[in-house]
Amino acid sequence: MRYIDHHAHMVSRTTDDYHQMALTGCVAVTEPAFWPGWDRLSAEGFEDYFRHITDFEPKRAAKYGIGHYCWLCLNPKEGEDRELARQVLGRIPHYLECPTVLGIGEIGVNRVTRNEVETFNDHVALALEHRQLILIHTPHLEDKWKGTRVIIEALGQRPEMEPGRVLIDHAEEHTIEMILENGFWTGLTLYPQTKVSLSRAADMIEIYGPERICVASACDWGASLPLAVPEFVLEMRRRGHSEALIDKVVYQNPVEFLGQSPNFRLQN
Amino acid sequence: MERHSGTCPLTRRQIVDEYFIESRNRLLEIAAFLDRLERAAPESAERDFRVQAFEAALRLLCDDEPARVQRVQMLLSDPSTQLKAKLDQKSATGAHDHWCGEEL
Ligand SMILES: [Zn+2]
Repeated sequence: MRYIDHHAHMVSRTTDDYHQMALTGCVAVTEPAFWPGWDRLSAEGFEDYFRHITDFEPKRAAKYGIGHYCWLCLNPKEGEDRELARQVLGRIPHYLECPTVLGIGEIGVNRVTRNEVETFNDHVALALEHRQLILIHTPHLEDKWKGTRVIIEALGQRPEMEPGRVLIDHAEEHTIEMILENGFWTGLTLYPQTKVSLSRAADMIEIYGPERICVASACDWGASLPLAVPEFVLEMRRRGHSEALIDKVVYQNPVEFLGQSPNFRLQN
Repeated sequence: MERHSGTCPLTRRQIVDEYFIESRNRLLEIAAFLDRLERAAPESAERDFRVQAFEAALRLLCDDEPARVQRVQMLLSDPSTQLKAKLDQKSATGAHDHWCGEEL
């Protein structure tokens, strides 16, 4: 088994998690910039976080032979503060020069407010200006359908945006079709309680096929499983799916999407 | 005929063998949740749209139509695309109040 977890908040995880991930065949993780569970006071707080995920975390992962890449932004949970967003956006271009940065993310909306959508649009503009890949967070629970719809409509306003360079994450049964139909990549995030269970993720692969779909643990500081991707592999085997299909979903698909960034280079 | 018929490689029998026990367990958890609500202190009996949505979803599971997960998801979702004027709360509640303003 070999796999890539395209959505893992490793700053919140222990070194033991890297160890377990390495033992189960993880070759790379990509870490989207996200909310730490509390609001940061200033743009300087974000700058330290960007240093953490562009410098310290790749070194920690490398000790286990795992490639670590990241995405930068001011996340949707803090996107309501337009002034903070303006300050943080101004600091991002400098970090886009780092060799392990893949793009802008995870941007999106949380409660689908006007300010959140404006902050989202500013990030998309920055990504397009710097020709970066985009990783998008869709809201959870009752806001997911609405947030996904609003995000797809906002992206549709930009003729220069290439859907194949955008991954709209945290898809569920009621949003996956609109994401795929519009040509985007999507991600199923496997959570023990909320989001998508292992069996529902396998259901969606069976129903929609494996094209442009990746799976991830989205492990963070909350109840989550850093080994969710290998658990998904076991679920797929339990259904009798081929190793070729499983490898496509957990390895080849992320390589195809992430490989559009010149910074994504897997060893051998 | 369900439009995705035949997409799961397991037979019906195999699906039941694999998933019956865990699904049975979840069914009992839901039954216990509903019993617990009934046993709650009487002063907490006011309308809760989350429970209304939950009960509507349970009724939906008993019809013979396909795509139950999508339909339950939409029952629990805000179906509008209206942007909020400003942030009301940081976290979602898990259900949309489709019954807001309705007489019980
Ligand atoms: Zn995340």
